[in-house]
Amino acid sequence: MSDLNKLTISEAAKGLKSKKFSSVELTEACLGAIKKGNKDLNAFITVTEKEALGMAKEADKKFASGEWGEGGENAPALAGLPAAIKDIINTKGVRTTCASPILKDFVPPYDATVIERLKANGLVMVGKTNLDEFACGGSTEHSCYGATRNPFDKERVSGGSSGGSAAAVAADMCVYALGTDTGGSIRQPASFCNVYGMKVTYGRVSRSGVTAMASSLDTVGTFGKSAEDIAHVLNVIVGKDVMDMTTPDREVPDYTKFIGKSVKGMKIGLPKEYFAEGVEDETKKIVMDRVKMYEKAGCKIKEVSLPSTKYAVAVYYIIMPAELSANLERFDGIRYGKKPKKDPKNLIDQYFQARGEGFGDEIKRRIMIGTYALSAGYYDAYYKKAQRVRTVIIREFDEIFKEVDVLMSPVSPFPAWKVNEMIDDPLAMYLADALTIPPSIAGLAAMSCPAGMLKNGLPVGLQIIAPQFEEGRILQFASAI
Amino acid sequence: MIDEQAVEHVAKLARIALSKAEVKKFSKDLTGILNYMEILKEVKTDNVPETSQVTGLTNVMEEDKVRSARATREEMLNCSELPKDSDQVRVLPIL
Repeated sequence: MSDLNKLTISEAAKGLKSKKFSSVELTEACLGAIKKGNKDLNAFITVTEKEALGMAKEADKKFASGEWGEGGENAPALAGLPAAIKDIINTKGVRTTCASPILKDFVPPYDATVIERLKANGLVMVGKTNLDEFACGGSTEHSCYGATRNPFDKERVSGGSSGGSAAAVAADMCVYALGTDTGGSIRQPASFCNVYGMKVTYGRVSRSGVTAMASSLDTVGTFGKSAEDIAHVLNVIVGKDVMDMTTPDREVPDYTKFIGKSVKGMKIGLPKEYFAEGVEDETKKIVMDRVKMYEKAGCKIKEVSLPSTKYAVAVYYIIMPAELSANLERFDGIRYGKKPKKDPKNLIDQYFQARGEGFGDEIKRRIMIGTYALSAGYYDAYYKKAQRVRTVIIREFDEIFKEVDVLMSPVSPFPAWKVNEMIDDPLAMYLADALTIPPSIAGLAAMSCPAGMLKNGLPVGLQIIAPQFEEGRILQFASAI
Repeated sequence: MIDEQAVEHVAKLARIALSKAEVKKFSKDLTGILNYMEILKEVKTDNVPETSQVTGLTNVMEEDKVRSARATREEMLNCSELPKDSDQVRVLPIL
């Protein structure tokens, strides 16, 4: 059977259970796609061929031995399925670089909680994917391993920061992938690469063992080839973890139960600020065509307003760098990080050199914005003010969700841009996150779903936003049309 | 305006060595970015509380129980490239 790597989770799991093919064959198909395509796309920083085949053999053994039931009927939904993991998520014994020179040779001594959970469910890890350094960026160009290219046009970016994971799923180099989303880092690359990408509610998935970027915003989520695939992965990774105090002890539903559930009579809000100036007309049209399909399916459509949307980017680019600058203090060339090239004179000189050499441009820029915003004399004007406006933005969402079940909008105001096109204009690149940042600020669940193609062949994503802990409702909508 | 002197001051607080060219570039970048943040002054926030987290959780307690560590002390020490001495990382003198 050819093209095994193109299967969805549900299809591949069915094939494994009915013994149409083995996990080793499926894994070889993905590794083959990586060998063929990774040179052009640069989606992977590390390919773990040997480990992947070992994990696949292990899964095949369990299928054969009857450990998972006679016909494999008790096998976990993800058993034996090849996955790609963003290289900011710790994997025991496999280097985890965060795409930063400072962690180039870092091999974590333990697995992140999400990896532990996936391993307990028969994970086959094919490799670690490229990202913007420490997940800071929206294009995967800020990686010390070079940019990840877009599978739909190799001159263009894959989006970011989880660009490697999005491109790997789009190019069928894996069945599903993990990423992280702080201000749009799953949704925007998913939209640029035409795959599904779920940013969960803040706190819904443990971040233990994932290098922290901005602690009040970071989430771990997933990319898949269908809404149902997203549901299968959420079923494994969602839930309380004593190692991450932000994960509430809250019931975890079976997310696959939401797949295909009718949306008739449900209310969709279209925030007019998300369709305003700056959003390209063709992108708007594709998103509105999807909205019309929901209307045909019996949904009620209502135009709504979130007037503080225009302040979200400014709020985010104060709070995020402030938290980032504190989190990245640990990379000092002592506990973690490369030693400086020249012998340092003393301890403080070691800090300066290790960090000066070990961080890329965008990280230095953000650490300095954050340090400035937190420094004496500026704390109230920047950081405190941003935290207050954050409250205003959250309240607006709370009010809107009294009227509608979900919000819909484009994910990105425009499609994937050309590599290097925006690299010298950091502010323009920050403003490209304008539609994904507000839900992050409020800690909401939000997802990117493939919506259609522009005339030039580039994909557009539809963003579905729901209240906190309503990932299931998003999946219901995503699978309804 | 974040002039070059201000950039050098912030870089010092952040413990990052910068080249002259970097100082120049970041002065321009940071000035542009921080000017953009002025937009927040438009929002009235006199009686609005600050949001520092969005979980709705308070006082998260944990059972007082010893858990096995995910990594041994030796494994954690090996994360450092510096020489080890008496089960610790040897660093340069502070003064």
